Amino acid sequence: MTGHVLVVGASLSGLRLAEQLRGLGHTGPVTIAGAETRMPYNRPPLSKDVLTGDDDEATLVQSLSFRPRPTLDDVTWKLGATAVACDLAARRVSFADSSTLSYDALAIATGLSPRRVPLSGGEKDRYVLRTLDDALALRARLIAGARLAVIGAGFIGCEVAASARKRGLAVTMIETFEAPMQRAIGIVAGQAMQALHRSEGIDFRLQSKITGFVDRGDGHLDGIRLETGEMIACDLAVEAVGSTANTAWLVGNGLDLSDGVLCDNAMRVEGRADVVAAGDIARFPNLFADHVPRRIEHWTVPGFTAKRAAESLVKEMVQSSFAPLPAFWSDQHGLRLQSYGSPSLGDASELLEGSLCPDDMRRQGVALGYRRAGRMIGVVLIGLPAARLAHYRNLVDVGRET
Amino acid sequence: MKICVDLVKCQLHGQCAIAAPKLFSFGEDGKLQWVEQPDESARREAEEAADVCPEQAITIED
Repeated sequence: MTGHVLVVGASLSGLRLAEQLRGLGHTGPVTIAGAETRMPYNRPPLSKDVLTGDDDEATLVQSLSFRPRPTLDDVTWKLGATAVACDLAARRVSFADSSTLSYDALAIATGLSPRRVPLSGGEKDRYVLRTLDDALALRARLIAGARLAVIGAGFIGCEVAASARKRGLAVTMIETFEAPMQRAIGIVAGQAMQALHRSEGIDFRLQSKITGFVDRGDGHLDGIRLETGEMIACDLAVEAVGSTANTAWLVGNGLDLSDGVLCDNAMRVEGRADVVAAGDIARFPNLFADHVPRRIEHWTVPGFTAKRAAESLVKEMVQSSFAPLPAFWSDQHGLRLQSYGSPSLGDASELLEGSLCPDDMRRQGVALGYRRAGRMIGVVLIGLPAARLAHYRNLVDVGRET
Repeated sequence: MKICVDLVKCQLHGQCAIAAPKLFSFGEDGKLQWVEQPDESARREAEEAADVCPEQAITIED
């Protein structure tokens, strides 16, 4: 492969993909096109340090921006360019500004957009969090004493809640599940984290469905109405109810776009030699777990899927099985939650060390193991010192399925 | 090759010690230790560690 590689998506996945292409010896032209006008930057701090700190935009851009490797000096960046259509047969991508780019190989890395709650009302006080601009807009509203409702108690929701609490807001989390982060870490660890949030003064409405945003009549929020009839009074709301993959521009090519872009284990899009995908948007079978294609929204996924995708474009042959160990972390109320493997796929969990009450978690940390049909498929470690993590990571059984 | 770690940015995620255990480790005091001037043959491993750092605190200088 010596031709033009077009990478659509200029965040971590797109950046790593281009770096890996160069690292693997691809010397042909590379274009990275992205919808945002900024160079690739690191998103995890957006829900944490960016919200709790007071750094101005320029300082944040400086500290969050990735440092592209020198091998990318000759790459063409096309920023502020939203892909709107694609013709895989003609090998051409069209952008919102009516420009088009032809390619010899296409790398799909357009990531996700926050899902919105499909109810109207109070639009002037409703926020989401995905980009630096989102974070700056939200931070401007995080004023001590204000009342914040966080809709969705997944990782983003919990981190935003903790950050807002630190700034002195009154925070209520609204969640349809029985515990925060339940899908990712299970009910036991989820309830332990809930107790930690409660000990910091955060209120919860669990197993609660929203039926409406109560508007003051001028586009501002009075509160949020729950199915029970209760109204959660609030000055602003953050919608943290998951994300949808940015696949609209790929429609019309006969691809399976039911949840992201369906890829094989080599990150090729449905067996095509000239189209790969990487990052949040890619639904691929990770043989660490099984053969079921899944999207994985972890920070570490862009790194390893980009590498695999670049290999698939550049090399004649790629290794037969791709089974990276998933890992994610979260910081809430000064405690680090670190996960290795796929706890969400476990059918049973067990306490490996420590206890789940907030004081003990703070003092000595806790380790939980997750088994799937007996196999240790994941661990969740809360408040453990960094030097101890590798020990528990090694407990995860990486024996691949074949 | 020189490995630099910005200890202001470093939040002790420990991902470097997992990606490149020959270059990064934790001391008994819990502090991060690393090989500052490794052999050129360790470049790939060093780059891997820099890539996986969630705080992007690791830089490799030639």
